[in-house]
Amino acid sequence: MSEATDGITSAVAAVEANQRRRSGEAWWKVFLPPVVMFGAVIGVWYFVSYVMMDERRRGIALPPPHEIVDKALLVWHPKKGIRPILEAMLTTGRVALIGLLIAVVLGMTTAIVMNLSKSLERAIFPYAVVIQTLPILALVPIIQLWFGFALTSRVLVCVLIAIFPIITNTLFGLQSADRMHHDLFTLNRTSRFTRLWKMELPGAMPAIFTGLRIAAGGSVIGAIVGDFFFRKGEIGIGRLIDNYSKDLRVEEAFLAAGVSSLFGIIIFVFFGWLSNRALRNWHDSARGRT
Amino acid sequence: MVFPDGTHAVDDVSFDVRPGEFVSVVGPSGCGKSTLLRIASGLERHTSGECEVDRSSLGYIFQDATLLPWRTVRRNVELNAELQGMPKEERAAKVEQAIKLVSLTGHENKYPKQLSGGMKMRCSVARSLVLNPKVFLFDEPFGALDEITRENLNDELIRLFQSERFAGVFITHSIAEAVFLSTRVIVMSARPGRIVADYQVPFAFPRVHDLRYDAAFAELSGKISHDLKGSHS
Repeated sequence: MSEATDGITSAVAAVEANQRRRSGEAWWKVFLPPVVMFGAVIGVWYFVSYVMMDERRRGIALPPPHEIVDKALLVWHPKKGIRPILEAMLTTGRVALIGLLIAVVLGMTTAIVMNLSKSLERAIFPYAVVIQTLPILALVPIIQLWFGFALTSRVLVCVLIAIFPIITNTLFGLQSADRMHHDLFTLNRTSRFTRLWKMELPGAMPAIFTGLRIAAGGSVIGAIVGDFFFRKGEIGIGRLIDNYSKDLRVEEAFLAAGVSSLFGIIIFVFFGWLSNRALRNWHDSARGRT
Repeated sequence: MVFPDGTHAVDDVSFDVRPGEFVSVVGPSGCGKSTLLRIASGLERHTSGECEVDRSSLGYIFQDATLLPWRTVRRNVELNAELQGMPKEERAAKVEQAIKLVSLTGHENKYPKQLSGGMKMRCSVARSLVLNPKVFLFDEPFGALDEITRENLNDELIRLFQSERFAGVFITHSIAEAVFLSTRVIVMSARPGRIVADYQVPFAFPRVHDLRYDAAFAELSGKISHDLKGSHS
């Protein structure tokens, strides 16, 4: 008897210790793995740059990290180094965010309309798929013709890329409302709008945030791609990378590519944080108090 | 009641429930007990026959607590009244009172995922209590709970029935639950569901927990169990 209870007590203690460990992990367990990995990546970079390439190719194909820092990151000049890169990133970022915003408004509206009836869903869905499957490249001449070569066209590319995940995820979220929740609202004789506003939309938020995260990443890529094709107006990071590699300003081209991917990461992390914050009280996808 | 796919759910079922009555319906799975309730509440339309229910203030408890997970206990309890357009001040007072009635005071600001199964169900009951229901329909509400929680909730429900004086219809699989709660128990057969027995439950109110161990209680439960067996073969 006492042996059995001892067994249980120690099992409970083990579980508790496990929980403690998971909630308050040692700092080095959190920070060491990414730091080690980063070191390894830099190491491989140096190895490829110095051991696998001769001096002539090194400067063109893969400059070592410290040269990117010296020749690009630490140069503060209106026409050289990091300054034009940040300015171009700002332009591209603005295009991406405007495009995302338009995609969210249009995409959610479309999904809400599609959710009104099965017929509307059937009628509209093929066009959403067409938008998704049409290669942007094929659309470039048409977009140029209709919207010109400036920022408007770049924003349009972002909208085209970002809208599909918003539509599908919102629609999925709206349609996964619980049948008994529908019954509950039917019993209260609620209007279609109230049902949408107080039950379907809040219930769809986890799915909408998933869509938003995918769409945000897509929109950033769309803006960079748009830079290549629609070159009028303020210069974007995509065009800058293109220019630098043509002019053999390799260090700056590498830095620009790094900055644009960093921007993508920041956007991704931001929407993850936003989703976590919005859903932490009630949805299992978000970590929060229990 | 015949569904579009041809399923014949209930057939020739007829009973009245008067104010102050608490009627339980027991029967095998799929005999149409829940369909009966969905017709009574207006969620489903019957294909033949008549159904008259005063739906001006209707309470309905689902098999799940059906709380909205993004709302706190207080905001969930408020929901029915809010959807039916009850003024804000009146609502707040009634919500407070309902939360007290189901002993959830102190948990108002918790979210459903922080509640136990029993607490969720109390919250669900409170949501209907806010409407002061004249007719209260229960669709196997406690089926998913453990025995102890279920008995506790039964004890509380019977207190509510005495204080709130609604007409209750209670669907359940549990004979003990039916006998303990009800003034009358209706036994249904397998599909298509028909009434095979109809018992008045003689035990006086207020009923206490220990009634369950009474010999008369056991005898009535036995009879109902026997009827259910008979209807099954």
